[in-house]
Amino acid sequence: MTQQRNEWPLWEIFIRGQHGMSHRHVGSLHAADSETAILNARDVYTRRNEGVSIWVVQAQQITASSPSDKGPLYEPSEAKVYRHPSFFDIPKEVGAM
Amino acid sequence: MAQTADLFEFLCRMGDNTLVLGHRVSEWCGHAPVLEEDIALANTALDLIGQTQMWLGLAAEVEGQGRSADDLAMLRDAWNFHNVLLVEQPNRDFGVTILRQFLFDAWHVEMLQRLITSSDQRIAEVAAKSVKEATYHLERSSTTVIALGDGTGESHNRMQDALNLLWPYVGELFADDAVDTAMSEEGIAPKSSDLRDAVMARITDVLAEATLQVPDGDFTHKGGKTGFQHTEHLGHMLVAMQNLQRSYPGATW
Repeated sequence: MTQQRNEWPLWEIFIRGQHGMSHRHVGSLHAADSETAILNARDVYTRRNEGVSIWVVQAQQITASSPSDKGPLYEPSEAKVYRHPSFFDIPKEVGAM
Repeated sequence: MAQTADLFEFLCRMGDNTLVLGHRVSEWCGHAPVLEEDIALANTALDLIGQTQMWLGLAAEVEGQGRSADDLAMLRDAWNFHNVLLVEQPNRDFGVTILRQFLFDAWHVEMLQRLITSSDQRIAEVAAKSVKEATYHLERSSTTVIALGDGTGESHNRMQDALNLLWPYVGELFADDAVDTAMSEEGIAPKSSDLRDAVMARITDVLAEATLQVPDGDFTHKGGKTGFQHTEHLGHMLVAMQNLQRSYPGATW
């Protein structure tokens, strides 16, 4: 007999689409364990042929940056336009990048 | 060639099983214990009703009387439905629903795997398409039966009650009659009894892992697949399912 809980844990769901893209976060759902989370994700998020691979991560395992840290974390890069590779002339022959 | 009547009967049995179970499972839509299960059950119901369109569509074609899959589904009365009694049993609680699903899935996957090599190409094609869905249904229902059977005291007791209730309906899945013999002789489908060992092995493995006790005794309710005697539940279900076509004959949208 396993320990009794009131609610199943929350899982974040990542799905890779048909065309070799990376896995993308598509939403979250509840499930008792990781295998069931994959089955639930298959039923909730791939009904319309959206994916070929599913990752599930228990939401509490994700460490997120804090919104209050946004100044020190992100603002310093705002003034550094030279980090964008927009100062090169790209030859026409290269085509779309 | 098998007699048209036998082939029609076999196809109706396949289609009636998926139709009746599909409708039963669809009754959960909007009522399941959690959102995720609600969507999963609705998907399962839609898969089964999709398979019904193929089986009854083929049955209507074989019959050659100008009827369609819709006519067969919506305009026959209970005694002309030849599904096994297991699938018409009411949903009751979630445990009964998921155990009924598991018992059917275990049989369904084995049957469809055998039908892939049917001598009738049309049947082989329907089976090949359906078996992927059925395999997923079985994976899902097996996992859930194990989780609930080997879960809390409450979930274990409910699953054991469900098993005690439904077990006498399992034997009908393996009961042969003249139609089975005719299908088997033509290489169209296996005899029902040929499936018993493989299906029972699958069922007992999962039930053991789920810590559930198979009830004693081999009494079996029969009469669904021959249409001889359905349980009282089928008529009530058909009233709801067929209401629209019965009230507004020929209605389309």
